[in-house]
Amino acid sequence: MSPETSKAGPQSERWLRRTVTLPYVWLLLFFLAPFLIILKISFADPVVAQPPFTALLQWGQQGFEGIKATIENYLFLFEDGYYAIIYLASLKMAAIGTLLCLLLGYPMAYFIARQPPRRRQILLLAVILPFWISFLLRVYAWIGLLSNKGVINNFLISVGLIDHPLTMLYNDFAVYLGILYSYLPFMILPLYANLERQNLDLMEAAADLGARRWQVFLDVTLPLSKPGIIGGCLLVFIPAVGEFTIPALLGGADTLMIGRVLWDEFFVSRDWPVASAVSVILLLLLIAPILWFQHHQNREQEAGR
Amino acid sequence: MSEPPTSPLVEIRDVSKHFDGVVAVDRVSLDILRNELFAILGSSGCGKTTLLRMLAGFEQPTSGRIIIDGVDVTDAPPYERPVNMMFQSYALFPHMTVAENVGYGLKKERVPAAQIKQRVRDMLALVKLDSLADRKPEKLSGGQQQRVALARALVKRPKLLLLDEPLAALDKKLREHTQFELSNLQYQLGTTFVFVTHDQDEAMTLASRIAVMADGRIAQVGTPGEVYEYPTNRYVANFVGNINLIEGRVSGASAGRLSLHCEALNAELAVPCDESLASGEAVCVAVRPEKITISRTAPNGEDRNVVKGTVWDLGYFGDQSRYRVRLQNGAELQVSAQNLRRSAKLTVEWDDEVYLSWEVASTILLRT
Repeated sequence: MSPETSKAGPQSERWLRRTVTLPYVWLLLFFLAPFLIILKISFADPVVAQPPFTALLQWGQQGFEGIKATIENYLFLFEDGYYAIIYLASLKMAAIGTLLCLLLGYPMAYFIARQPPRRRQILLLAVILPFWISFLLRVYAWIGLLSNKGVINNFLISVGLIDHPLTMLYNDFAVYLGILYSYLPFMILPLYANLERQNLDLMEAAADLGARRWQVFLDVTLPLSKPGIIGGCLLVFIPAVGEFTIPALLGGADTLMIGRVLWDEFFVSRDWPVASAVSVILLLLLIAPILWFQHHQNREQEAGR
Repeated sequence: MSEPPTSPLVEIRDVSKHFDGVVAVDRVSLDILRNELFAILGSSGCGKTTLLRMLAGFEQPTSGRIIIDGVDVTDAPPYERPVNMMFQSYALFPHMTVAENVGYGLKKERVPAAQIKQRVRDMLALVKLDSLADRKPEKLSGGQQQRVALARALVKRPKLLLLDEPLAALDKKLREHTQFELSNLQYQLGTTFVFVTHDQDEAMTLASRIAVMADGRIAQVGTPGEVYEYPTNRYVANFVGNINLIEGRVSGASAGRLSLHCEALNAELAVPCDESLASGEAVCVAVRPEKITISRTAPNGEDRNVVKGTVWDLGYFGDQSRYRVRLQNGAELQVSAQNLRRSAKLTVEWDDEVYLSWEVASTILLRT
């Protein structure tokens, strides 16, 4: 993309390859290997044993006896609409959560990026400050805020705005709030990085050519921040789809998210093969937006050529 | 009521701009006439860019008024001014094609699409970029990008075109070519151009008038010839072109001229001057290197200032030779001489004892 990389000599290219090798090895060992194990389990039969599934490679007295694999677990997932509904519900909740993050995060990122440099640093620090406290604790704290006898309800009742506590906990509202709160920094940071880099001359040029402030934003700032928007949305959407903690702590019994189903299949039903199939399908669902983004970026580069 | 065409297009009235207590522009008053190619010349930090940005509407003056074509635009936002600007960075929209960039201003003006197309095509033809209309700016060379920026700023037919260091980012060859093109374009369109530059050559060759700025103030306004030949203060004399500055004291006066005693040259010099200055007042005498004649024999001719010295340094440039001549008191004068006669041997060589002389009329008197 940048001319520097293409101009780099063979010497530095060799160096680059060497430094890149280590993270790749790391990813291969700790990301791809566990995934392959999950993939293997998803083709096994459940048994009451330790481990609770049949082996893929069958070894007998005479040595290797063959491969034992079944696609029954996958067929089971599509047997009734139950899992499909949960997948769709998870995608919907993640999508709405992502949209909320974008709507709140964009103005915040824009505001921070247009501050004088010193204040920018302070505000950015404030954005990432919640990471100093454990994620679990922070989600837990929302229970104290939202419950019927929580801080917010107590306050509203004491000032006389309401008579009965509002139901804010153990429903989808609480989950959206949890996603918005937890993932907002992941939306703000890529947006900020993009907005901060934008050449302010472009905005002045647009104003000079007759654009009002909102037109400058729509015509120049917004289209140029597209990579930041896509980056931020992927960073929020992908983990939010498989989110377990937030729906488990803040959601109600009817809050269907795939992360909870996964947990139940693994640890309540102890049906590891079905649980593995659920997570493989989830992974496939999540790869789609990433591939789309890649494709989109490539096309963008082609178009510029 | 229509303005008579001789009235200034831009009237800058006592304009100041302070940034957090720092004075960037200090009580500047300036008239820019219609159809002028006006240069604001100064070193970096002199306030020239701030002045330009106030004309564009990106900065509001702390005090003073700016009037463009009879309308007070001091408080008008950029999008309401009959002014367009070409940015030093060109500021082309990277997500739009060349044609979209040029057409953007017309679109904001709600010009009908068919007209936009026609005007963009005409403008691109004018800057010879018609074949690149569908390219993205990043695929163009620096010179081509500059022409897109120029076309985009001109397509709205502004009354005033502002150019921020228009030639700074171009290489030398392209710069000469663009200089020529810019003044051609200005002549063809009749738009008033105001450009800021730190490069005195650029200002001299391109501008019809120059305002030299220093420390937020206007040091002198005039045609390139006036600024070069008749600088009114040391700053301008020093900033524009090469010059020899000589300190001296008034020692006498006669009709239309002063005589000065210059300690550094150990000589009496005559300077044209209509005012009568008190004897003993400290002044400065300036003379351009090319006004000085260098010779090994005593020069003849009246009305000349003559000093003697030794050639201390010599540079041969083919068309001309430049000398540094040391005088008896250790002072140094620069001289440049055209090599008018064909000869492989120089008439004046290192360490030669020489006479330097120049016309009294070429001598500049600077009081500040």
